[in-house]
Amino acid sequence: MKGLLARVVPPVVILIVGLAAWEIAVRAAAIPVYILPGPVAIVQALVRDWATLYPSLLITLAITAGALAAATVLGVAIAVLFAQSKWIEMSFFPYAVILQVTPIVAIAPLIIIWVRDTATALLICAWIVAFFPIVSNTTLGLNSTDHNLLNLLQLYGASRRQVFWYLRLPSALPFFLGGLRISGGLALIGAVVAEFVAGSGGIQSGLAYRILEAGYQLQIPRMFAALFMITGTGILIFVLLTLVNHYALRRWHESAVRREG
Amino acid sequence: MREAPPLVALRGVDKAYSNGVVALKGLDLAIGEGEFVSLLGPSGCGKSTILRLIAGLGELSAGALEWSSVQHEIGFVFQDPTLMPWASVFDNIYLPLRVRGVRRADAAARVEQSMEQVGLAGFGRAYPRELSGGMRMRVSIARALVAEPRILLMDEPFAALDEITRFRLNDDLLALWSSQRWTVVFVTHSVFESVYLSTRILVMSSRPGRVSSEVALEGKRDPSFRTSAAYAEQCRTVSARLAQAMQS
Repeated sequence: MKGLLARVVPPVVILIVGLAAWEIAVRAAAIPVYILPGPVAIVQALVRDWATLYPSLLITLAITAGALAAATVLGVAIAVLFAQSKWIEMSFFPYAVILQVTPIVAIAPLIIIWVRDTATALLICAWIVAFFPIVSNTTLGLNSTDHNLLNLLQLYGASRRQVFWYLRLPSALPFFLGGLRISGGLALIGAVVAEFVAGSGGIQSGLAYRILEAGYQLQIPRMFAALFMITGTGILIFVLLTLVNHYALRRWHESAVRREG
Repeated sequence: MREAPPLVALRGVDKAYSNGVVALKGLDLAIGEGEFVSLLGPSGCGKSTILRLIAGLGELSAGALEWSSVQHEIGFVFQDPTLMPWASVFDNIYLPLRVRGVRRADAAARVEQSMEQVGLAGFGRAYPRELSGGMRMRVSIARALVAEPRILLMDEPFAALDEITRFRLNDDLLALWSSQRWTVVFVTHSVFESVYLSTRILVMSSRPGRVSSEVALEGKRDPSFRTSAAYAEQCRTVSARLAQAMQS
């Protein structure tokens, strides 16, 4: 409990001090809200525009969650396929890398043209950004099984399937969870970037479109409000995945076990 | 010396690795039922290779591996405990039975029994990282026991442990061996450990690995034996043989 307090208090203090300094600076220099709004004006915008911002948040969240789920399922499936043989991995891994290194901003317009349904197009964009860390980490994990444990199972006459379920999959878990934590943030970024590119209006618009829209209308406080909602979502995803990671590994993995001083 | 056919024998075995290293050359050895045989020698003399070949974990380059019976359950204890860190002590020991398709509930009694045999009763729910090095090695031994092996292959199992823990595990191992009537093949580079444990020591020389001499040991093993004159005498004999083997 004391440890938790020590971890929470300092960043919160920094946050409060920072926000106060920001507000004071904005007021003292009389900076107009259309250049840089203070935190108070941003919170006001957040409350006032909640009715439009909240549905947009839900849309962005839905795309992010969908992309992360698809990245997890397909990422693990691809990693399992890669782990079956070195040949499959060597043949296909370069293409996973190509998908990863090509900037999503550059291919998003194409995907949006090819895929008629905007929501699906956005989902695909976010998925492309999110799936690579899961594939590469899980593949690494599946190939990192202790050789003596593999020998032992061979000695007891285990089948390929048993080796996979009893050894390779559990030893890949910390690697997979590490990848998942990166992918969580990337799925959100992918979703937001794709929304920017799509830029479509209407009720089915995510937070990125709200930022664009507010920018056109010089509603800078609302822009900041939407931005903070995105950041907050990202932090929430990170914290959630960190918790999952911790509870999955706390009994056995070095990364999750507290060192005794 | 033995009338019955050996439990397992290596006849004229060569083993060369793909990198060109010749680990074994023309090796002959036979392990009789109920023996406690130590393979003693310097690092790189092919001791571990012999264990791996007996376990079926490698191909012979030449020669033959002969078992006296078709059915031969093997237990293997590595130098590291080689436990699954994500699984509890119980599940680690259960692994060999799980591979054979025994259900967890049906295996429980046997798992508990082998935990008791190695002094781990009550530790079933602990995780490997919560245990000391000696305790982890006990888990590893219990895992080998649970499959009820006819032959137990041990590859320097206590090399990484402190002397106090090592002595205690030596005694526990001897007690298990005399009560269970296994056959044990024990790899070590410690003269004292091999003399204390074995009924027969095969002294090995390296490059390429072969058996340079053989010492049969008599006498009852118990903690008082460690300080006896007979023990010191036998250690002297074996040390001399080892020195000879290193020179040849």
